Amino acid sequence: MSNAKIPDPDFAQSIIDAGGKTLDLCYQCGTCTASCPSGRTTAFRTRQLIRKAQLGLKDDILPSEDLWMCTTCYSCVERCPRDVDIVDIIILMRNMAVQKGYMAEDHKKVGRSLMKSGHTVPASDKLKQLRVSMGLSENPPTTLGDPAALADFQKIMNKTGFEKLIGGA
Amino acid sequence: MAADNFALFLGCVAPLRYPGIEKATRELFKGLGYDLKEMTGAGCCPAPGVIRSFDQATWLALAARNLCIAEKQGCDILTICNGCYGSLFEANHMLQEDPELLKKVNEILAEVGMKYEGKVKVRHFAEVLFRDVGIERMKQKFTKPLSYNVAVHYGCHFSRPTKIKHLDDPERPRMLDELVEWTGSKSVPYADKNMCCGAGGGVRSRDSKFALSFTETKLKNMKAVNAQFIIDVCPFCHLQFDRGQKDLPGYDIPVIHLAQLYGLAMGLPESSLGLEAHEIKVTL
Repeated sequence: MSNAKIPDPDFAQSIIDAGGKTLDLCYQCGTCTASCPSGRTTAFRTRQLIRKAQLGLKDDILPSEDLWMCTTCYSCVERCPRDVDIVDIIILMRNMAVQKGYMAEDHKKVGRSLMKSGHTVPASDKLKQLRVSMGLSENPPTTLGDPAALADFQKIMNKTGFEKLIGGA
Repeated sequence: MAADNFALFLGCVAPLRYPGIEKATRELFKGLGYDLKEMTGAGCCPAPGVIRSFDQATWLALAARNLCIAEKQGCDILTICNGCYGSLFEANHMLQEDPELLKKVNEILAEVGMKYEGKVKVRHFAEVLFRDVGIERMKQKFTKPLSYNVAVHYGCHFSRPTKIKHLDDPERPRMLDELVEWTGSKSVPYADKNMCCGAGGGVRSRDSKFALSFTETKLKNMKAVNAQFIIDVCPFCHLQFDRGQKDLPGYDIPVIHLAQLYGLAMGLPESSLGLEAHEIKVTL
């Protein structure tokens, strides 16, 4: 029975409750799969992912690589004849995967950068020099170089439990 | 909110990787008579592909904090990046449509003494140029006619999802092509023009090789029509095309953000376009 896929009857409802209200509307036409640039060159099938979600195949979906193949380009959403919010549903399932601890190390790095600086990319000295040579401020007027603003940014992240979620700073 | 001015939202990639995009935007809007307000203390939008995929509640609260900063200044937000536009527009839409959600987010914002009223509009600079400024006013500012053949890359989060953005046709958009053609340049059609660059959705950071396979498809199609430049309206697509070509032998198409192209057409000196930050050398 190692390959048995046991449905979780509450899974589809948990997606709907989290905001994926259109999940049930999918009638499996496959327009999403046909429109998906990720599916062109890989075995990723959007229609299959949505069907699995409807069936409650949580243990199949949450640890899967497939869940992270979507570039959120919305080609499927634009063409879906049932107005299923496919990208939103994929994002909600990604949130559930992260809560279960399924998160790539490179993604944790992005999360840590956000916590540290308020930005997803770091500022290099070379870049700062270029900014100054162009007549821009050394740091952009953001959380960089503004400790009070960064502290507020981090306070919000603490309140939502982000640090714990990505496995600590 | 005041229609004659904007709060400039910088995001991450423009100010920290391609400052020429920031500089050209500032000069462009100054030249048009706008006095852009600084969003002092703003952070990442946060990124729609990575951060929203990790935790939508955190994404929404941090986006709301950015919206509050603009609301306090009494201005709508001007974005220069499809990712920032995507995140802030969608977060704003969710908060404006759902009073319960807004209440929940405001409980989090109370921690930092903020409250979002839901009054801000989130705009993309390209649609502001197209809709608010218009061709007549814009053409008066152009001093240097350009005659490049370029490949326009829309990027996904510019007009999609169209059901909330209402900017352009999802299958055959025209806005950016027209904006490019106002300068005298020609937007050359190419296969799979509306395809994603590959970077979004956390794909670039998780599997850069897979992201690059999208980029290569697009570059192959752009090369086939002899595009001199790639014109984008998103620093993240910009980065994907510009840095991506380092790892793709046989491609060296320079990448220019629309703000930089407009800066050029308005006669800004090359030093204000920050072209030295580009991996693929831009020869004008």
